[in-house]
Amino acid sequence: MSSLSSLLDERSIIVCVGAGGVGKTTTAAALALEAAQHGRRVCVVTIDPARRLSDAMGFDPDRAIGNEPQQIDLAVPGELWAVMLDTTTTFDALIRTYALSDEQAHTILTNAFYRNIADSMSGAHEYMAMEKLYELHNDDRFDLVVVDTPPTSNAIDFLEAPDRITQFLDHRLYKILVTPSGGLARVVNFAAQGFLRTVARIVSASVVDDAVDFFASFDGMEEGFRGRAVAVHNLLIAADTAFVLVTVPRNDTVQDAADFIGTLATADIGVDAIVVNRVHPTFGSHRLEGLSDGPLGPFIRALHDSQAVAAGQDVILESLTADLPAGAVVKIPFLDTDVHDLDGLASLSQWLTPTEDVSHN
Amino acid sequence: MDPARFFAASRVLIVAGKGGVGKSTMSAALARTAARAGLSTLLVRLTPGGPISRLFAQPELTGLEQTLSAGGGPNGDADVRGRLVTPDEALSQYLADHGLARITKRLVSTGAIDVVTTAAPGIRDLLVLGRVKAFEASSAADLVVLDAPAAGHAVSFLQSPTGLRGAVGAGPIATQADEVLELLADPARCRVMLVTLAEETPVNEVVETAFALEDEIGVALGPVIVNGLVELPEGLDGDLDSLVAANAPQLSATDIAELRNAAAFRLRWATRQHEQVARLRQLLPLAHLTTPYLFTTEPGPTELEHLSSALTVGIGELGEDDA
Repeated sequence: MSSLSSLLDERSIIVCVGAGGVGKTTTAAALALEAAQHGRRVCVVTIDPARRLSDAMGFDPDRAIGNEPQQIDLAVPGELWAVMLDTTTTFDALIRTYALSDEQAHTILTNAFYRNIADSMSGAHEYMAMEKLYELHNDDRFDLVVVDTPPTSNAIDFLEAPDRITQFLDHRLYKILVTPSGGLARVVNFAAQGFLRTVARIVSASVVDDAVDFFASFDGMEEGFRGRAVAVHNLLIAADTAFVLVTVPRNDTVQDAADFIGTLATADIGVDAIVVNRVHPTFGSHRLEGLSDGPLGPFIRALHDSQAVAAGQDVILESLTADLPAGAVVKIPFLDTDVHDLDGLASLSQWLTPTEDVSHN
Repeated sequence: MDPARFFAASRVLIVAGKGGVGKSTMSAALARTAARAGLSTLLVRLTPGGPISRLFAQPELTGLEQTLSAGGGPNGDADVRGRLVTPDEALSQYLADHGLARITKRLVSTGAIDVVTTAAPGIRDLLVLGRVKAFEASSAADLVVLDAPAAGHAVSFLQSPTGLRGAVGAGPIATQADEVLELLADPARCRVMLVTLAEETPVNEVVETAFALEDEIGVALGPVIVNGLVELPEGLDGDLDSLVAANAPQLSATDIAELRNAAAFRLRWATRQHEQVARLRQLLPLAHLTTPYLFTTEPGPTELEHLSSALTVGIGELGEDDA
């Protein structure tokens, strides 16, 4: 039975997953801080953190962020580093790694179609988060990498992003468009020309030209890309990788979370721990009847309102957390956790790994 | 301001906000509020799932329009209907409208559709907005409420016509982009309402989003909805010990402690929210509508009516210039 605390001590990768708006970025940062308190050398990959959190973690918003780990100045037994994911820079580096020549890299990096892929193609952020994870995992400076993931509501998008983008880059369309005998010459085969003209009517001829140029210049890099995507995928399913699901006790969010767990299971990935943010406190469970209309009415109402929410959230969370050992489900109380500085993160991280006394309460 | 006039100020109402603030719930509540004011309303959602079907106690939205709440009744309510518009559906519809239906299949089967949407990023968003514009033009409903993508995405979603306008030159997509830009820029046709919570981070984000929408897209902003405000029962700051001694001496020490803690929690919560509402007022010069925190984890039609009543009251209290 592994508790969240032991995951922080033992694993080398922690992936935080969950829907948008549940406090995933903050949770990832707090997990990383807590692991550093435990003496580990941790790097956290954050994605689009709220301004005050990024300020607190030492990111300078006016500086072009180098996409490289920065150490956060902290008196902890371990070390805490942070990277703010820059999708396009990460993607560009990947292109440079797998290009067969500097010239090929240059041609691709300046292609308008490629810039669209790196900036805004669906799945690109997910893939690059995983890519960064792979890179940092192989960096000797760190013994734990905690990665925040983009707010994907669909687990499939997230898991399949590397494959999907690799397949896209190795695109069938390219095979259709360019004759295999063409060698270096880019010969668009005759049958495809009519089709291309139609596509050009939807967008525009220059857009189609950019796409054809892109696929032509990508020629020869497919295998390297595919190999890397396989390596990234293998890292995700490795025994040393933990998945932490972040959620809030709201019906639709918990439903999304349950779907997420189901999808991860089909890929043989289990969720190792769940962090529930914004948990309403419990003030006893028995109602005080017969006093609502008297002078104590306002107090009774405040009590009963809170009891109703607490009871509802217990029911909702029950199905989600039933299969996990007690120490692997952590509930963060609502109200005291609007975290925007390192002290706030530190107080949050204490909730993540409660001492034995507290967890038995 | 009279709610019927408020909702008649523009036929398209785009509801935007950060994930988790209750944007979809507010879209449903606004649609229902407009219907209660007598305007037939079409609620459009872009992704499957979400709270809308539970709130109306109806089946999940699909690409086919369905009735979410039927009009009539003693107050002369109008209908709320709802449907899903997915980017794929919007693209197929667009191709069909331009005599390209026969290549749709081939575009999909060859994967060329992915190439097109990558070549012209934002094309899916633009085509979805194009569908909304078509609903507006068809006069099928008095009001179209669009449950927009989560903020951040909302800005890029609404920027899609501007971005594409530069990329595609002349042609049908450019025409579409121009028409959507006209819609967005005309306050008599389209408004955005932002939703937030009275908490630090959501307040910061709604302020950023509001300025981005105004500066970069030039779309008119309606009042901000501050969702989830906890009501403070009057008298909660009274002296609990003397109230108990006088009225309920039978309560145990544990009972009294629970009452005290619950009241302290409620007071602290309301105070925090109050500070954030004041901060929002200072940072963003827009009128506010507020909706109450619902003490339930499974909101349904009762809660929808409750939210809608709160919006009706709030709109009634708005000034004449606050639409």
